[in-house]
Amino acid sequence: MDIFRNLAEINVDVLREVGNIGAGHAATALSRLVDKPIDMAVPAVRMLPFDEIAEQVGGPEQLVIATFLRVEGDAPGNLFFILKPHASKKLLRSLSGIEVISDDDYTEMEISALSEIGNILAGSYLSSLADFTGLYMTPTVPALAIDMAGAILSFGLMQFGQMGDGALLIDTTFLEGDEEVEGQFFLIPDPSSFAKIFRALGVPYE
Amino acid sequence: MIEDLQIVKVGMADLNVVHGSGIIRTTGLGSCVGLTLYDSIAHIAGLAHVMLPSSDTAREGQLNLMKYADTAIPVLLEKMEKLGGQRRRMVAKMAGGAQMFAFNSMSDTMRIGPRNVENCKEMLMKLSLPLLAEDTGGNFGRTIEMNCQTGILHIRSVQMGVKEI
Repeated sequence: MDIFRNLAEINVDVLREVGNIGAGHAATALSRLVDKPIDMAVPAVRMLPFDEIAEQVGGPEQLVIATFLRVEGDAPGNLFFILKPHASKKLLRSLSGIEVISDDDYTEMEISALSEIGNILAGSYLSSLADFTGLYMTPTVPALAIDMAGAILSFGLMQFGQMGDGALLIDTTFLEGDEEVEGQFFLIPDPSSFAKIFRALGVPYE
Repeated sequence: MIEDLQIVKVGMADLNVVHGSGIIRTTGLGSCVGLTLYDSIAHIAGLAHVMLPSSDTAREGQLNLMKYADTAIPVLLEKMEKLGGQRRRMVAKMAGGAQMFAFNSMSDTMRIGPRNVENCKEMLMKLSLPLLAEDTGGNFGRTIEMNCQTGILHIRSVQMGVKEI
């Protein structure tokens, strides 16, 4: 785990670029879906204790809509696309053919639409990442959950759990218009994947 | 009577106890298991937020004993005994161990919730600690808290509301 605390600046930059490319393509896909410009914050690369990971989306009890997929192949890992309830309803309203009735409950149609959006975005994040690194990466079928952030995100920490009490997270935030946080991508590569990502991109890494 | 109840928060892969009066709580349990031990005479409640089933899989240098089912429960028991808790009076409850996402190809890592529950039960049996009640499994997250005056475990979830065991 110590190696992650002492990651060289160049390694952090590379991981930031990984987040940038993945989320950049996903942002373009989303922008086409809703026919609006979508901005993106500079990705944050952080080694965080488990307890602080859910804080990145508003705390362990924050209700979130999360698409999760497990990345398999050369550089396995976990990928989450996270929306807060108000952002998910805003997104649904901007899609044609869906009438949002309640702010609290989700109809079957809404869940299906969110699920499909998560699918498209996560798939686009991952495929651009695979192209960029030249690594073989294949997603499991994405799964959607609406629940507490702590419960959802902890599912992506198991691989790190065997190594220590923190995980390395590549966090990219989508923004629309007035800097309101619209959605977040979390990529949590398995500890064993970092060496492969760095090697694929020709970056020195001990 | 108005009193400020002390609230002890337990993080992931962590454990703690409350003694006399107070509430012990852990939030956002998914596949993790919140396991409580309670001594009703000494009014001691202990809570462990177990993340992984077995320390056999650990590859970390310094083992965090509070993370694994097989190591966290003995540590919790010892901590309560130091405060005057008696093992023969202690009863266990647990909640969590959900399967947050369902996949077709279920590898063992994906089944982490059910395995956490199984290993906690096995460990309780080994230590002859009776499991009084549980609210485990499902596909939803839980926040739990125990008041050490009553030993009642409050369980809150987004889908199921509030429940007491």
